[in-house]
This record gives sequence, C-alpha cells and structure tokens, in this order.
Amino acid sequence: MARTLSMKDAINEALDQEMSRDPTVIMMGEDIVGGAGADGEDDAWGGVLGVSKGLFAKYPNQMIDTPLSESAYVGAAVGAATCGLRPVAELMFIDFLGVCFDQIFNQAAKFRYMFGGKAETPVVIRAMCGGGFRAAAQHSQMLTPIVTHVPGLKVVCPSNAYDTKGLLTQAIRDNDPVIFLEHKNLYASECDVPEEPYAIPFGEANVVREGGDVTIVTYGLMVQYSLEAADMLKKEGIEVEVVDLRTLSPIDMDTVIESVEETGRLVCVDEASPRCSIATDVSACVARDAFKSLKAPIEMVTPPHSPVPFSPALEDLYIPSPDQIAAAVRKTMEA
Amino acid sequence: MSDQITPILMPKWGLSMRVGTLAAWLVEAGTEITPGDEIMDVETDKIANVVEAADGGLLRRCVGQAGEVYPVQALLGVIAPSSVSDAEIDAYVDAFEMPEIEEEEDTGPTHEFAELDIGKIRYTERSGEGVPVLLIHGFGGDLDNWLFNIDAIAERAPVYALDLPGHGQSVKAVTNPNLETMVNSVIQLMDHLKLTKMHLVGHSMGGLVAAQTAIANPSRVASVSLICSAGLGDAINSEYIDGFVAAANRKELKPKLKHLFADESLVNRSMVDDLLKYKRLDGVQTFLEALKNNLFSNGKQAVNLIAGLDALDCPQQVIWGEADAIIPQAHANSITGATVTVVANAGHMVQMEESSRVNELLKDML
Repeated sequence: MARTLSMKDAINEALDQEMSRDPTVIMMGEDIVGGAGADGEDDAWGGVLGVSKGLFAKYPNQMIDTPLSESAYVGAAVGAATCGLRPVAELMFIDFLGVCFDQIFNQAAKFRYMFGGKAETPVVIRAMCGGGFRAAAQHSQMLTPIVTHVPGLKVVCPSNAYDTKGLLTQAIRDNDPVIFLEHKNLYASECDVPEEPYAIPFGEANVVREGGDVTIVTYGLMVQYSLEAADMLKKEGIEVEVVDLRTLSPIDMDTVIESVEETGRLVCVDEASPRCSIATDVSACVARDAFKSLKAPIEMVTPPHSPVPFSPALEDLYIPSPDQIAAAVRKTMEA
Repeated sequence: MSDQITPILMPKWGLSMRVGTLAAWLVEAGTEITPGDEIMDVETDKIANVVEAADGGLLRRCVGQAGEVYPVQALLGVIAPSSVSDAEIDAYVDAFEMPEIEEEEDTGPTHEFAELDIGKIRYTERSGEGVPVLLIHGFGGDLDNWLFNIDAIAERAPVYALDLPGHGQSVKAVTNPNLETMVNSVIQLMDHLKLTKMHLVGHSMGGLVAAQTAIANPSRVASVSLICSAGLGDAINSEYIDGFVAAANRKELKPKLKHLFADESLVNRSMVDDLLKYKRLDGVQTFLEALKNNLFSNGKQAVNLIAGLDALDCPQQVIWGEADAIIPQAHANSITGATVTVVANAGHMVQMEESSRVNELLKDML
C-alpha cells in the first residue's frame, strides 16, 4: 500500500472502477462533463472542482451532463434507480438540497417502505459539504443532521481518502439511497489508498486514535482537528481516544459506548449547527445507555447557532478549532 | 580514526516505516558486544521488536535516548575500540548527518511487480552473491511477514519474497485457488527472474507451497526450510482458519490473530487494520474461502507431503515455534533426515517473534 492518493482522486477512482465494473452505474450532474468556459474539450471541467475529470472520455454513455436543475435530475436519478440503473447524482453543494428535497426524502427514502419492500432505490447523491472555503452561507453548510434525520436514507461523511474510496464503492453497490457528503476542505488530504477496488461496510465507526482518558466522537473534517487537539493534549498527559463515525446512518453507537465505558468522558465534536445535530444525538444516546460510566458532564463542540459567515475572520471563529476541542477535553478532565 | 568507528542506526522494517521509537537500550555504554547480541528494543506503529547488533565491538556511546522517536537510519549508538578518543567520537557524532523523515519512498528497497501467466505478482528483492533464497508467506499473509528476516538473510545471499496469488498486492482474480496455482506462481516467478535454482523458505501454508514446489521440481531447489509448516500432518486449528476467513470487522478479527503469537500483545490495532484492509479488497473473501475449502476444510489439512519430502534428495530443515497454536508442534518431527529446531518463546509467527534465532537457522542452511 505504498501509493498515496488525495480524497478528490479517491472519489474519482471509486467512480472509475465502479463504472468500469458495472455499466448500469451512471453519473448525472452539473458540469461533470463539459462546462461553460471550457476550451472545447468535452472533459474540461469534470465537475465544479474537477472530481470527475477524465471519466467522460472513458464512459461517454454513462455520464449525463445536466442543466442547473437539481429538482429535475435528482428526481430522474431516483426514478432511474427504481428501474434498474445505479445512478450517482452530483449535487455541487449540499446547500442545494432544498430544491430537490422532496425527491430525496419523500420519494427515494420512502419507496422501499411504501411498495411492500419490493422497490429498491440504489441511488447515490454526492455533494460537497462544510465550511472554511470562503464560500459564504449558501455554499458552506454542514447539513448532515437534516439527512440523518430521515429514515430510509443512509448517510456517509468520510474523513480521509482511504475511507472515501471504500465507502463510495459501498454506496454505489448499496441497494438503498445513500447521501454521500464530501468535505471540500478535505479534498486535498492524502493517505495510502490501495489501487484495487474495495468496499467498507456501513455502520462501522473507526477508532482512529486510542487513548484511555477522554473519548472524542466526531466525523468529517473535525476528525483531523480532533487529532490535532489530541496531539496537544498528549503533551499535557491527557490520552484522547478519537472515534470517527464515518457513517451517520446507520450509526455505530456500540463502538461509541464501548469507548465511553473505558474513558468515562465524552466530547462530541460536530461542524453542523448545534441544535438537533449529530453531537446532540450521540450525547443523548450515551447519557441514556452509558450514564453510569460517565465521570463528567458530556461536552459538545459546535459552531454557534448562526449561518456560516462570509467574513474570513468570522468564518475562522465560526468553525470549531483544535484549541476549542482541547479546551472541552480539559473541562471534562477537571470535572 | 573514523574508519574504526561503526554506527548503530535506526533499522527500517518494511517500506512504510519512516520513524521508530527507541523503547529501551538493552546494553550500556562500555559493554563489549558481539554480532547478534540484543542491544535495543524498537517500536513502530506496526510492531515492536528487539534489534540485534549487526557489528561487534565496544559500545562507546548511546546517542539515542530511550523513549524518543527517530527517523530511519538515525544514529543511535557508536561502536569503536578504546584506542579511539572521546573527542574523536564527539566529532563523529557531531558530523553525522541525521536523516530527514522520509516523506516518500527513498532509494531503498522497493516492491516490484511481475506480469506472469498466472497474473500480476508482487515481490521484493535484495541483491547479493550466490544461490538466492525465496521466502513464501502463509495463508492470509504477505511478504511483510518477513520484515525481520529479509535483510538479515541478505547478508549471506540474494533474497526474494513474494505475495502469493490472492494475497498482498498480487492478483486477486485466481481461477483455481489451490496448491497447484501457488506452486505455479513460484515457478513462473523463478522463470521470470531467470533463476534456475533457489533455496525455498516457507511459513505455514507457504511451507506447503515450498515443499510441493521442491517435490515437483527437484532440480530447481537447493534446500527447503519449513517453518511451522502445513503439509506435515492432519491437524490444524480450524477455529483460527475459519475465524480468520469469516471475520468481517476488527472486533471479530483481533481475537483470531492472537492465536498467531506467543506474546498476544504483539497484535495491535495497526496489524488488525492492515489485515482488514486486505480482506476487504474485491475478490479476497471469495478467494480465501475457496483456498480454505481446498486446503484446510473441517479442521483437517487436505495435503500431506511427508512421503514426498522423505524421498527428496536435498537438505531440509524444519523450524517450529514451541507455542504454535495453529499447527501442532508435534508435526515438526515428520520428515526423515531433516534438521529440526523448536524455538522457545514463540508461536506460529516464530520468524517474527524470534527473528534472530530463525535468521541464524536460515543462514546456516545456505
């Protein structure tokens, strides 16, 4: 496993290998093939940040470039999934969920349940999520809790390139609708990624760092920030265990509970808004199922309850920082 | 005088190792050490092991501090005769260029790939003089099972290690996952490398492969060393084999891997993660199930090569870990005329747990 790959290239490789393996896998999205401003080369853009670059040349019959029409092509992808294709629809930013939410939460999520278990909807909705990109309030949100709230959807939010390739492969092979959220500020992050195809099952959290004093439960970009906090805290003699949830629905609460039973302290770190979030959900489950193990009140590290600011200075303050995470861990140690 | 000074360096175990922690010195400055002496404990995120002295002499200076992290090839100690002054040693230490932590692969050993009839086979190579050695790993393993052996043996002869079909980074789409396919991969690799004759070393199922290769192609084999080998009796720990194949996550896999070592603490998160990553590659699960059914179904070994080995006219040795929980140590004495060594304080992965002893035995065979 000597080859490193960025998260962006890992997404491309998973799409490439799955489209090659299975011709029913198709892609739909804005600018995934051509795109305004291209110099005549069909494949000039490959999506807003170039994730699907090179794929149109290989799979011209499996890539559909769409107009700016999320409600239309996401609906078409959902319909195609019920008729035997495995569409991967790319929503540039999860912030655009609003205009196609009916197709996702009232249609795709419900088919299996409303057609007597006979309908399958193997559709993947990919979208960039998260802040720190100086992209303002309508292109920076972490809307993970909204999709996690809906039964019938599976929700993935990976933290590194290895997991991204394996989880996206699993998402495409999965027979249920999957919302696959890619943090745009992780696209450049690299790690060892096997060249061969592989799938990582859903509902399996990853303990990315072991430690006996405090458990941090998080996902997405916040995994990296939590690891930075853990490095700082180690110098103070505090050993932090970091649990990367990887998939938010299904969620692996067993691994969370086991860790909290060992450490007795929990810090939930979530880049989503603080009300009704992954952090509140995990906190509530731990308070119910592992209350007797807790040695200190549960801490949550989240942004404030406000839209993501456009001002760079304010955006930096908005997103939870390693310092804030470390402070929350210290607070649980002092209790 | 610096030609009389010999450095002790941070070793490099496997391609991915960039840094190691000097856990402890096992000797003090002022000690006369001989090659093979255990001089320090080193830990990586993958594994912990004892480092033996490659050179002998008077240990003048412990430069590395216990508990600290050092890059591969960093200066940890200095060996020099007492005729070399302290000032000269100071000067040597000051002048030593501490290597940077490597970001990418350096000029050191790399993995190669051979496109054979059977498919793509990964191997690694250490050059040298004489009849080369081929190291063959066991069921579910890969060439990194020889992490602590390959460089030591390379002091005596050229060494190759491969990933068998279905394993490591070799081809996963294997038409016939059976012993013949494994043997073919060895012969095809030898042909590809234009090596007419080799010393074969096999661990566990790799021993079965080495033995069958020798029996079927006696002219291509100079000697056979079988480590905790399959093919020498009926019994095998089906709980391990079945459990390893069935394990779908870390929680299921970790307790199975503990069967492999006398010291169970060697099974760490990184080892479990690496094996899980392998098992999750497309095709591996199907392959392992088929191979298990062909070779080790229902707790019995399907192939017994004792008669073939008895008839084989080349030097043979058998090495076993005393605490082997996978294949009974009683199988060690199956072959007439073979040299047999049972190594204490070691389980099935004896070549990792007691690497120095195993390296000596393997070198003695050359």
